[in-house]
Amino acid sequence: MPVGQLLIDGLAMGACYGLFGLAVVIIYKTSEVLNFAAGEMAMVSTFVAYHVLVIYGYSFWVAFVIALIFAAFLGVFVEYFFLRPAKNPTLLGLIVITIGAQMLLMGLASWKWGAEQKQFSIPFSYKVTYEPISGFIVSQWAIAVFVAAAAVMVFLYFFFQHTKMGTAMRATQQNKHAAKIMGIKTDRVFAFAWAFSSIIGAVAAMLLTAKSILDPNFMMESFLRAFASAVLGGLMSIPGVLIGGFIMGLIENFFGFIWPAWKPITAFVVIVLVLCVRPSGLFAKHYVKKV
Amino acid sequence: MDMKRSYYEDIELFKSGVILFWTIVFLLVLFTFPLYMSDYALYLLNLIMVYVIVSVGLNILVGSTGQISLGHAGFFAIGAYATVLLMTNLQIPFFIAIIAAAFIAAFFGFILGLPALRLEGPYLTIATLAFGLAIMHVIGHTEFFGGRQGLMAPPLDLGIPQLGWSFVLSSETSKYYLVLIITILMVLFAINILKTKAGRAFVAIRDSDIAAEVIGINLTMYKTLSFAVSAFYAGIGGGLFAFVLGFFDPFTFNLILSIIFIVMIVVGGLGSVMGSITGAALITYLMYDLFKNVNEAPYVGPLFVAFSERWMTITGMDNFNYIALGLVMIGIMLFEPLGMFGAWIRIKKYWKTWPF
Repeated sequence: MPVGQLLIDGLAMGACYGLFGLAVVIIYKTSEVLNFAAGEMAMVSTFVAYHVLVIYGYSFWVAFVIALIFAAFLGVFVEYFFLRPAKNPTLLGLIVITIGAQMLLMGLASWKWGAEQKQFSIPFSYKVTYEPISGFIVSQWAIAVFVAAAAVMVFLYFFFQHTKMGTAMRATQQNKHAAKIMGIKTDRVFAFAWAFSSIIGAVAAMLLTAKSILDPNFMMESFLRAFASAVLGGLMSIPGVLIGGFIMGLIENFFGFIWPAWKPITAFVVIVLVLCVRPSGLFAKHYVKKV
Repeated sequence: MDMKRSYYEDIELFKSGVILFWTIVFLLVLFTFPLYMSDYALYLLNLIMVYVIVSVGLNILVGSTGQISLGHAGFFAIGAYATVLLMTNLQIPFFIAIIAAAFIAAFFGFILGLPALRLEGPYLTIATLAFGLAIMHVIGHTEFFGGRQGLMAPPLDLGIPQLGWSFVLSSETSKYYLVLIITILMVLFAINILKTKAGRAFVAIRDSDIAAEVIGINLTMYKTLSFAVSAFYAGIGGGLFAFVLGFFDPFTFNLILSIIFIVMIVVGGLGSVMGSITGAALITYLMYDLFKNVNEAPYVGPLFVAFSERWMTITGMDNFNYIALGLVMIGIMLFEPLGMFGAWIRIKKYWKTWPF
């Protein structure tokens, strides 16, 4: 059993899931909406990058930046047109709206780009590998993933602790009405959180596609894995998600090595087990139910 | 309006003679459909009725008990596979097989109901979603269940072939009558179960589970019971679905099917049996007929194809019904959160109190 190889690969995949889980958690933290459309929003942004890269023939970094800008606008669009008009929505209502956005985006993407699978490549190939310690093979792709995850984490830390917008987001999360009284434009905070989450999701999706293929359904199952890591981390804590992602990636990789046929259901088993044993996640404090 | 003055008024099936009359007329019309409808229309009606069964059951869980399930395609799959496998491998007669399959589905519903005792809201949604996908993958990876190739439904024999008494239904018309009778029975059962002690307990749990527990409702029992009843309905629906389609593979029962079930009851109206029937009929018609064949529609069709050629792709044109489904989901939540049943109540109130 190539432990070193599985470990590195698992951690790299885990970092992707963790990054993507962050996209879910940022929205859930600020507005208590579980965004089922996160995967599809990221998928559409990746398709935009693909379009700019392959059809228009620009370089990767141009495509990357355009995709991120598009992702930000997409996030604001979904929040502004689909979630904000809903008056006093119930929990089921919010879930139905975000699933509706998911179906809409999936339909649009497969209508525009067709359902056939495409190759999306980034400058960091997983075929170019280094072996710093014997047995531990690190690909360029894995390095890119680790760097991206670390950069996003550091950025998020500074953002939430040291910027005005980050403080406003934390305040909104604690008590929406009190934040409003204090002069925070909570609607704007929500829109910002959606844009932010959409950008992080797009980065994660582009890293994930580089390893697999690009088709309109590719984020569906990755979304569940990302969600599993978010649940492991407790859905509320930002470092917890990344650690949850690492655990998820490692479990999936080792389990998948032993039983390849059952690899796809690992995420679901992890979700159900964690939710049964410890619904508050591994790192969150007490699970307090609001009455 | 519509105030109940006594217990008997609350539990009676038909509130007035007028409703009874129109229900009977409607049922008689349903029984005459095969006389003048094409096989394709009957197939579509069969599909609609199968989905009516599932959505009525799902509404007991989501609308009446307030628990969210995105895994009903899993129960549906269990019903379909169990019915077919019991009939082909053990030569069990159809009626016993479908009821056994529904009980197997109900058992899985009970199992899924256990974690539901601790979970709520988004957590429950994700747990049920994971369950539904896990069932799909387990079936797809096991040779016993036909693997990825799927299963062929055996001939629909209502008799007991071992005793030499067989009664094979092969035409769409005969299947239509079978599905229709089972659907009517299941709908009546659902209307009645909501008027029993269990049904009132479900509604109390939906409104506030803490208050329900305080007044002495056993949450463990009624939450798992709700899951089991709902899964039972999905199991019966799945068993019939297997024969309506004749052939199915694990990917028929994907996440999108679970989402479609939820959309049916949300569009129809949460917590109302009539709402789930209309919702199921409307969404099935839209998804499996109107939007699926939108490129063959008169006037709009060629325009649509031309638009796809110019701006989109022709191969991805089939995905138009996902776009429509998404728009319906978002639109209904933004403009009419109570669904078609809510709109109906509003119209009724408007006419009764007109001109005020």
